[in-house]
Amino acid sequence: MSGAITHLSDANFDEEISSSSEPVLVDFWAEWCGPCKMIAPVLEEIASEKADSLRIAKLNVDEAQNVARRFEVMSIPTLILFKDGQPVKRVVGAKPKQALLDDLSEFI
Amino acid sequence: MSDVREVIIIGSGPAGLTAAIYTARAGLSPLVLEGEPSSTSDQPGGQLMLTTDVENFPGFPEGVMGPELMQNFRAQALRFGAEVQTVKASRVEFSSRPFGVWIGDPDTAEPTHRAETVIISTGAQSIMLGLDREAELIGHGLSTCATCDGFFFRDQEIAVVGGGDSALEEAQFLSRFAGKVTIVHRRDELRASKIMQDRGFANKKIEFRWNSIVKGYEGDPTISGLRLADTRTGEESVLAVTGVFLAIGHRPNTGLFKGQLALKDNGYLMTRPDSTRTDVDGVFACGDVQDDYFRQAITAAGSGCMAAIEAERWLEDNPGAIH
Repeated sequence: MSGAITHLSDANFDEEISSSSEPVLVDFWAEWCGPCKMIAPVLEEIASEKADSLRIAKLNVDEAQNVARRFEVMSIPTLILFKDGQPVKRVVGAKPKQALLDDLSEFI
Repeated sequence: MSDVREVIIIGSGPAGLTAAIYTARAGLSPLVLEGEPSSTSDQPGGQLMLTTDVENFPGFPEGVMGPELMQNFRAQALRFGAEVQTVKASRVEFSSRPFGVWIGDPDTAEPTHRAETVIISTGAQSIMLGLDREAELIGHGLSTCATCDGFFFRDQEIAVVGGGDSALEEAQFLSRFAGKVTIVHRRDELRASKIMQDRGFANKKIEFRWNSIVKGYEGDPTISGLRLADTRTGEESVLAVTGVFLAIGHRPNTGLFKGQLALKDNGYLMTRPDSTRTDVDGVFACGDVQDDYFRQAITAAGSGCMAAIEAERWLEDNPGAIH
């Protein structure tokens, strides 16, 4: 477990999500979104601290527009937690680390 | 007991980070409590984190992206030795010296940090309308960040509520993506600056709905319309839109300071004329938290510089203050 952050695209999204044995937290983000930049380091910390129980993946909504549309992402940052390939939790907007961990606590 | 710092700066927009640059260069080793991530402007970097092109900050003839500008401010403060913590102050105590600042649990007896001077630059944040379901609709058609969310409304019809510069700026930005942008304003004329008005009126994608106030949101789980009332006739109508962006003004982030510092009637921190001094000796305020009139990045930065110089002089004049 490296705690490395995977980058998802329209092409590899389904495979990456369905083949993961751990829950995957997908960060829908874009280059031009200030709050997205603010949570990037928070997600990196969580990725390394929770490397045993959680994978973190980033999805650039400019590039992976089909996935963003499929999950009706209308606001970024949006974080969606997938468990066994299914979305189980959605968090909209940047939050401090502890608040984010609290939101995810029942699943990880 | 925690060490006593010379300067603590609360907030990290243009005002706070300018104060950090100046006090750091003056050798005062400022501690900047920059705030925590959020999708409102009450976050590290402040309101410019929610903007794209900043065209009126001097020194950038081609304009600069708001978040990039704030990253540069921060890097410049770090270069001179400012310490920046990504935390939010939860309580302050200005009634005794040195001043106390708490992070996390505000009920602990001992403050997290103590300081001889405090510079407050907590800024302001967008006001919501206070209507039903507002919190749950964020991310489902209701947005407080046009630059974050405009992209998702490609070719759709959306509304911007407000009539000032920020409403016009958001509408202008959103018109790059949206099929149509309707500016909903409660009066029959705009408060925005001439240049922004001219741009708005010239933009074929922007329409205006005058004399209208918002009564509610239609659609579940995502927005399908905005329920409006005509201020002259009271007649209600529904504007069909899939996205709503609010730009109805700001309120200062002064919750921490109630009962400790004098506030103006409108809730902004009171500072003395031509100064950033508050009514507590050694506490200074700069930027939008004390400015209900100019509210520009450059004026915020200017007042941050003033606060730094005033704090520096205060420390010189009170040499016994540091223990």
